[in-house]
Amino acid sequence: MDTQEKLLEMEHITKKFPGVVALRDVQFALRRGEIHALLGENGAGKSTLIKVLTGVFERDGGDIFLEGRAVSPQSPQAAQNMGISTVYQEVNLCPNLSVAENVYIGREPGSAGRIDWKTINRKAAELLSRFDLHIDVTQNLDRYSVAVQQMVAIARAVDISAKVLILDEPTSSLTAVEVRKLFEIMRMLKARGMGIIFVTHFLDQVYEVSDTITVLRGGEYVCSSPTAELPKMQLVARMIGKEYEDLESRPSSSLADRGKRDLFLRLQGAASAQISHVDIDIQKGEVLGFSGLLGSGRSEIARLIFGVDPIVTGGLEIGGRKTAVKEPITAMRAGIGFCPENRKSEGIVGELSVRENIMLALQAKQGMLRAMSRRQSEKLADEYIEALSIKTPSREQSIHNLSGGNQQKVILARWLATAPDLLMLDEPTRGIDIGTKAEIQKLVTKLAGEGMSLVFISSEVDEMVRCCGRMVILRDKKLVGELTGEEISEDMIVKYMAGGEQFEPKTETIQ
Amino acid sequence: MSGAIQKKPGNRNISLLITTLLFFVLFGAGSLAYDRFFSLSTFLNLFNDNAYLIIVAIGVTFVLLTGGIDISVASTLAFTCVFSAHLLRLGVPPVVVIPLVLLIGLGVGLLMGYLIQTFHLQPFIVTLAGQFFMRGFCAVISTNSIPITDTFYKYMALGKVSIGKGKLYYYVFFALVVLAAAYYTLRFTRFGRGVYAVGGSEQSAVLMGLPVTRIKIAVYAISGFCAALAGVVFSFYTLAGYSLQNMGLEMDAISSAVIGGTLLSGGVGSVIGTTFGALIQGVIQTIVTYQNLNTWWTKVTIAALLCVFIVIQRGIALRAERRKSG
Repeated sequence: MDTQEKLLEMEHITKKFPGVVALRDVQFALRRGEIHALLGENGAGKSTLIKVLTGVFERDGGDIFLEGRAVSPQSPQAAQNMGISTVYQEVNLCPNLSVAENVYIGREPGSAGRIDWKTINRKAAELLSRFDLHIDVTQNLDRYSVAVQQMVAIARAVDISAKVLILDEPTSSLTAVEVRKLFEIMRMLKARGMGIIFVTHFLDQVYEVSDTITVLRGGEYVCSSPTAELPKMQLVARMIGKEYEDLESRPSSSLADRGKRDLFLRLQGAASAQISHVDIDIQKGEVLGFSGLLGSGRSEIARLIFGVDPIVTGGLEIGGRKTAVKEPITAMRAGIGFCPENRKSEGIVGELSVRENIMLALQAKQGMLRAMSRRQSEKLADEYIEALSIKTPSREQSIHNLSGGNQQKVILARWLATAPDLLMLDEPTRGIDIGTKAEIQKLVTKLAGEGMSLVFISSEVDEMVRCCGRMVILRDKKLVGELTGEEISEDMIVKYMAGGEQFEPKTETIQ
Repeated sequence: MSGAIQKKPGNRNISLLITTLLFFVLFGAGSLAYDRFFSLSTFLNLFNDNAYLIIVAIGVTFVLLTGGIDISVASTLAFTCVFSAHLLRLGVPPVVVIPLVLLIGLGVGLLMGYLIQTFHLQPFIVTLAGQFFMRGFCAVISTNSIPITDTFYKYMALGKVSIGKGKLYYYVFFALVVLAAAYYTLRFTRFGRGVYAVGGSEQSAVLMGLPVTRIKIAVYAISGFCAALAGVVFSFYTLAGYSLQNMGLEMDAISSAVIGGTLLSGGVGSVIGTTFGALIQGVIQTIVTYQNLNTWWTKVTIAALLCVFIVIQRGIALRAERRKSG
């Protein structure tokens, strides 16, 4: 491997956004004929690094060398001309055009401005058949499955003289068979000497197909290692920021199990379009953690309970009664609250004031016809601003002017105002300062002590250990384990997250 | 792999097929109901009476294909008529007047496209401003109808070719040339395919390296130009310029495109369909005339048709989605 020429090198890459350093002194090297997995949890800087490489973002520091020459692509187009192509998770083709046209648009063969459809169709069919894709290229792209569209996107990218192919979460919407097929193609391209950067959050796939792994965390370079030399547990530990040795030695600080409690909610064999067959009990007054890596299904269960993704099969019981939760308002009336993961897009309403943001859920629960009076809502807002010590100049301040931590508190206040029996928090402490983090963790424990049930979801394992009294662990959209009380420890969680029964990587698939 | 792909029966052209069929069904119905309806003359008169609508609608189709909208076209058309009539009355020769008004139409479209694209403005609002602006200028020039007495215009108004028992006025050929040019552009040029790509997914079009900005400005310029050309044709047709002419024609043009299978969300549609859409409106108008009904019945019928078509299109789209996920 070491004898192979370096195809792409990125050194000391730094990228700052207002108020945040997204990448700090990051390095990355790709060889010819290598499949290189780029891994990290949300906010680790994977996509920022890719965007710097493909010219979407301008870097603030560092160098990029392609085949030894310094390059600075200014746009995805420029990067493409240098030989760096990207295939995104969301297929970036035009669904209303034919397959062939999607392969050749913008660079159509033809003379005197007249497009030569025969040549396009013939060449596209030839190209795709090299990818073992025998489809009617004159049909519209949206006639075909996402998997086929993905292949077409890859074919287009590779056909535009790609030296470096970036696959950004290409497998999230593919079936197992389609993933197999994609891997075959990746290996074929690798054999041709192409360098492939593979961004994914499916660890099994990393071990199946990649040669090298680079891990980023919190915008910094963590490590880079041949896949064969990095066991899965160590990888997970690196991704979530715990050294493996650390995990072994650190005693767990879990809460003691307080014995059997009353059942509040029970999911039995419930399935939505996103996740299948979940059995979960949530008891009154407990903090139940959903652990798992990003994409493991932890958010999907919360969305299922809250009626965002309707239950297709299976049952949901709330307080011992079968309940059909088809939409969030039903869940709210049944006493459930949910702070979703993306604070900016699914949580705050940026232009509204702190007061208006706080009263939103309660108002919705009461029904639009029973408007809250101005005085009521002011009183409510003041109460929570005080109770959660939300730092805002006034209750009428637009929420987008607040810091992330204070925005999060406002969202919490919004749900607390509805006096829920069950409150689900998805990544409530992401991207907020340590002080506020601790406050939120304390609040969670306190609320549970007052008899509220909470579901807590976080990528940070130590936070989960600190907050949860009981925990279920998910991997690849399946429940793989449950830990209670004293059993909860970082190393146990990591073991389950990495793959309960097989703690070592599957060495036979590594070349 | 090929086993995993389900081939789906073509529904790309279903809308166009329905539109074409509907045209002939309506024409056939008229023929059954009324004596002397079924004739080449009736058929050709559809073109004679709707040539200007076809031109406007084709221009608007370009804009709709990118997912935009242009509601300024009727005013541009009226302005062209009034301004032409005014200049001709002052003695300016047609050889100057016609290129001038066409350039104005092109320029206004270009300006609106530029504003929409550069400042990320809503096409509806910008072209609404364009609509008021052009309509306002008509009245500034003259609030009265100005007759056109120029010999060339008279020649164009009356000149026709006879085909069997029917006749086709010269100005209809403008519409046919526009149709042919538009069809070729959309089908066989990079620009034309770019129009579809932008309408299909603007973000993808950018990432695939297409000149999205230029395309989006150009479609408004085309629409403005077509509106002005339709204005020239309309002044041949009526030999007058009047500031209140063709109020609401922009909606007729848009409904022609929609009935012809163009999706307002962009990316799907064809100028052939648009032409049939315009002709369908013409047939309905003719039937209403034969039936001796109030002409507003045309609008009522077209409104009903529009609803039906939008539901059909949505149904097709839903079916396609369901097939894919299932």
